Amino acid sequence: MKAIWSIAKRELLSYFTSPIAYIVISVFVLLSGFFFYSLVWWFNSQALQMAQNPYYYQQVNINQMVFAPLFHNLSVVLLLMLPILSMRLFSEEKKMGTEELLFTSPISVPQIILGKYLASLIVLASMLILSAIPTTFTFIYGNPETLPYLLGYLGLFLLGAAFLGLGVFWSSLTENQIVSAVLTFGTLLLFWVLSWAGYSARGLWQSVLNYLSFFDHFDGMTKGILDTSDLVYYFSFAFFGLFLTYSVIQSRRWR
Amino acid sequence: MIETEHLSKKYGDLVAVRDLSFQVEKGKIWGLLGPNAAGKTTTMRILTGYLPATEGRAVVAGYDVFEQAEAVKQSIGYLPEVVPLYPEMTVESYLSFVAEIKKVPSSKKAAAIDRAVEVTGLKSVRKRLIKNISRGYKQRVGIAQALIHSPQVIILDEPTIGLDPAQIVEIRQLIKSLKGEHTVMLSTHILAEVTQVCDGVVIINEGKLMASGSLDELTAAYKEKEGVYLRLKKIDNDTLNLFRQLSGMEKVQVEGSEVKLEWSKGKDLREQVIKLCLEKQLGLLEMRSTAINIEELYLRIVSGGIEQ
Repeated sequence: MKAIWSIAKRELLSYFTSPIAYIVISVFVLLSGFFFYSLVWWFNSQALQMAQNPYYYQQVNINQMVFAPLFHNLSVVLLLMLPILSMRLFSEEKKMGTEELLFTSPISVPQIILGKYLASLIVLASMLILSAIPTTFTFIYGNPETLPYLLGYLGLFLLGAAFLGLGVFWSSLTENQIVSAVLTFGTLLLFWVLSWAGYSARGLWQSVLNYLSFFDHFDGMTKGILDTSDLVYYFSFAFFGLFLTYSVIQSRRWR
Repeated sequence: MIETEHLSKKYGDLVAVRDLSFQVEKGKIWGLLGPNAAGKTTTMRILTGYLPATEGRAVVAGYDVFEQAEAVKQSIGYLPEVVPLYPEMTVESYLSFVAEIKKVPSSKKAAAIDRAVEVTGLKSVRKRLIKNISRGYKQRVGIAQALIHSPQVIILDEPTIGLDPAQIVEIRQLIKSLKGEHTVMLSTHILAEVTQVCDGVVIINEGKLMASGSLDELTAAYKEKEGVYLRLKKIDNDTLNLFRQLSGMEKVQVEGSEVKLEWSKGKDLREQVIKLCLEKQLGLLEMRSTAINIEELYLRIVSGGIEQ
């Protein structure tokens, strides 16, 4: 665990001594704030109109009208931004020749991978925590349900963790950070559009495609439903990405 | 301390190292010599556990490189050809990170950093960012990271490459100071470095062992004749004939302003030559051995294809 933390600490230092982490976090928080402001503004205007009619007024729900769309928007922003966070993890080590230092040290390959992954998760958590600060004001001025709110952020974190798992894998394959980012982004897009293909498919294919899509698993959490199959999906996805990374590193070194 | 037996490494059809066997004694500095693409870096990478060998066995500090990889990595300090540095870190934080991944106990970490900084002369740049220090200091930081956990064996791949003459001298002094406490193996192209720093060499070419041993052993082994160059005040036929009359003398010839005398291997006529010069008042200004130097030795072994 100590070795993992040593690797993670150094990785965090790299993130925060370069502009990458600051830019990614700032842009994410800015976009999150913009989406949140727009949704609250829209919610207010809708709520005022619906207040005219007691039946519709009962339908007014800040979780469904503000947070659910906010989480969906943020999930797409994560898809665009996390490849930038993961692109350097192994590519940079290869390019700088520092991977020889890591792989000739008495620490294991899984420890190195987990250390780097942990650092990227910490940056992801910072992004989400900072972006959540403005949304907490709704608890002062409104009455949102806490569970769907928290599950929404948990869902975003798990979704991001899966994205980063895939990103770590691509960065282990190339020393070019741009190539790594583009491949991660392309693969994530592919998994995103799988759900679109799922709409037109039938039978077993539809179930398979829907299961593989990132966003179908995320949907439940934004509504306050925590399904273990969704958790298993995200953990499996992240684990699979890290396992592939391990296989790539080992195969390169033991060829 | 370092031992390889029939070590081979293939990259597909390309054989980088073939049937390489050599030994390096404890506490010595040993050079790994060879032309470009001879297999020096591959050999070093195998010894450090970075690459696996296709065949054969390597033992470092008493541990098998393949069976006890972690123990070997704990016993080795390694400076790759490209110094593995993180430019955004300070020298101190970098060494602290390396100490952690080399499993230096927390209680001894500060002392280990102090010692590495002291030995490599990094005190003045300790708090500076690595990206802002000179190439020579970067090389020192690379050596410091290899020393941080006091390994028994230190492996340095081209430690003086790209440095200016003053920096080269400094780094050589530093490497020499490691002798005794550590066993050092270094690869280099610079033959002068070998004579100045190393106790012995392993010479490889196209992945094959061409020669290995101490410098004295190798020069003795590859020397066919022994002899001296003489610089005299006056050289004429009478003088040359005097030398030819010496018992055991095989060749006397003038080369430029010098006289070259040769006799068969195993004999030593130097004392008689000096005596003759003094008795006959030949005006002896200088006498030096015709012993093979490292450049000749290297070229004869590598280019001439002599195999030990």
